[in-house]
Amino acid sequence: MTLDQKQQEIIDEFEIYDDWMDKYEYIIELGKELPLISDEKKTEDRLIEGCQSRVWLDMETVDGKMSFSADSDAIITKGIIGLLIRVMNNEDAKTIATADLRFISEIGLQEHLSPTRANGLASMIQKMKIGAVKVIVGE
Amino acid sequence: MMTEENIQTFDLNRIREDFPTLSRKVYGKPLIYLDNGATSQKPQVVIDAIEHYYTFDNSNIHRGVHHLSQEATTQYEDARVTIQKYINAPTSEEVLFTAGTTGGINLVSYSFGELLSKGDEIIISAMEHHSNIVPWQMLCERKGCKLKVIPINEKGDLIISDFEKLLNEKTKLVSVTHISNTLGTINPIKHIIDSAHKVGAKVLIDGAQSVQHMSVDVQALDCDFYVFSGHKVFGPTGVGILYGKKDILDSMPPYQGGGDMIDRVTFQKTTYNVLPHKFEAGTPNISGGIALGSAINYLAKQDLDAIQKHEHELGVYATKELNKIEGMRIIGTSKEKTSVVSFVIEGLHPFDIGTLLDKQGVAVRTGHHCTQPLMDFFKIPGTVRASFAFYNTMAEIDVFIKALNRSINMLR
Repeated sequence: MTLDQKQQEIIDEFEIYDDWMDKYEYIIELGKELPLISDEKKTEDRLIEGCQSRVWLDMETVDGKMSFSADSDAIITKGIIGLLIRVMNNEDAKTIATADLRFISEIGLQEHLSPTRANGLASMIQKMKIGAVKVIVGE
Repeated sequence: MMTEENIQTFDLNRIREDFPTLSRKVYGKPLIYLDNGATSQKPQVVIDAIEHYYTFDNSNIHRGVHHLSQEATTQYEDARVTIQKYINAPTSEEVLFTAGTTGGINLVSYSFGELLSKGDEIIISAMEHHSNIVPWQMLCERKGCKLKVIPINEKGDLIISDFEKLLNEKTKLVSVTHISNTLGTINPIKHIIDSAHKVGAKVLIDGAQSVQHMSVDVQALDCDFYVFSGHKVFGPTGVGILYGKKDILDSMPPYQGGGDMIDRVTFQKTTYNVLPHKFEAGTPNISGGIALGSAINYLAKQDLDAIQKHEHELGVYATKELNKIEGMRIIGTSKEKTSVVSFVIEGLHPFDIGTLLDKQGVAVRTGHHCTQPLMDFFKIPGTVRASFAFYNTMAEIDVFIKALNRSINMLR
C-alpha cells in the first residue's frame, strides 16, 4: 500500500463519523490502544515540548525504510500520532520528506497542526521530515 | 462618577442581548464562553464605536486643524476622562493609553527602571503572569537589580508575613497582581501598598483581571501605578491603561521617542511634551481608545453590586458541581476569590479535556496560563480554567459540567 493509499484508508474510516464527539471517541481509542514508545526512550533529546502537550519521537532506518515510534502525555495527541505513524511507517526517506499529509485536513483535524495549537504535532511532522532529509543526504 | 439613576437594574437576558457573540453557535452547538480570563466578549456599543469611528471620524489626532481631527481628538480625550473618572484618578494626565497590560508594565519597567541602580530590589509574587515577571528580569539584567518573590501557600494565598520580611530600604518597587489570572485569588493589595510605602517603595498593581469584576479607586488604594487591558474589560484588543501618579511620571524619562511626545525638536536637543503625551509617542490606537471609553461607559451603567453577587454565585456553584467529580483537584482555593475555577483531574490531561469541551461548544482555557512558575509550585503541567463574566448563566454551568462529565467518561 502506498502512503497515499494509507491516507485514503484513514479518510474512509472517518467517513462514518458525522459527529465530532464520535470522531474523537475513535481517536481516543487509538490513543489508548497504542503503547507507542518505551519509557526508557522518553529522553530529553527525543522530547518535543509543546505549549499544551508534550511529544516524544524516535526513528530508525532499516534497509532504506524508516520507522517511527512516538508518544504524548495527552491522549488525543497520542491518537493522532498513531494515525501519522500508520501513514509514515515503512516508507523510504524520499516519500516521507515529500509526503503531503492531506488526510489530516480531510478528516477535520487540521486545527491540531496549527502552530498556535502548540501540542507538538506540527513540530513532530517537521522532525520526521528533517529526519528523512538527513537519511537522503546521508548524514 | 455615575449617578444612581443612571444605573440599570441587573437583567441577565438583557445583558446577554448586548453581546452578539454570545448567541452564536460552534460545531452546531450554542457557544458557552467560559474563557473570560483570556478575553471578554464585546457589547454592541463597543463594536459600534469602532465602526462609527472608521466610517465617519477617521483622522489623526492632536495635530490637525481640520474638523475631523478635532472631532477625533475630542472623542479620544473624552475617553481618557471617562476612564479617569471610572478608576478615580486625580487627573486625566495621569491616565496613559498603552497597548495593554503588558505594554504598561514594560513602560514602567523601562522608564521607572532607568531611575534604579545596582543593588536596588524589586518584589513580585509567585502567582504573577509572565508579563509581570519577565520585564522585571530584563530590568534586573540591565541594571544589576535584584528580583525577590513573595511566596504563596497551597491555597493560593500570598504569605504576607514573608512579604513583610522581604521589604527593606533597598526595595524600590513592588509589582503584584490584584487578582491571579490562574487562581482567582484577590490579593490584599491595600495592605501591600501601605507596607511598601513605609519603606519608601513604589507599588505597581496589575489590574488585568480586576476592573471587569470590581470597582477600582486608585486614590483610595494609593497605588503608584495601576495597569489594565481594554480587551478584558469588554473593550477592544491593542489598547490598555497605565495610571501613574503625576510626580512619579514626571520624574521618569520617556519610554519611546517619536511624534506627539515632543515639545521642541532640534538636532542639538529635544525637549519633551507634558503628560500624558510624553509617554504616548506616535499615532495611537485611536479607535481602540474611543471604544475602550465606550466599554467603560457601558460598565459604569451596570449595577456592580448585583454583578459581583451574580459572578460570586457562578463561581460558588461551579466549584460545588466540579467537586462532585471523582479525582477533581481545584487549584486555587483562597477564601478571597473571583469567579475563576482552575482544576486538574487525576490521570487526565488538561489538553484532552479542553479539546473535548470545545467540540461540545464550551470554550475554556487549558495550559499554564502564562504562569509557569505557579504550575511548578503546584507540580502540575497545566490546568483547565473556566473563568466567568457577568453575562454567564447558571444554565451554562450545567451544560459545562455535563460536557465535562461526558469528556471524562470518554477519556477514562
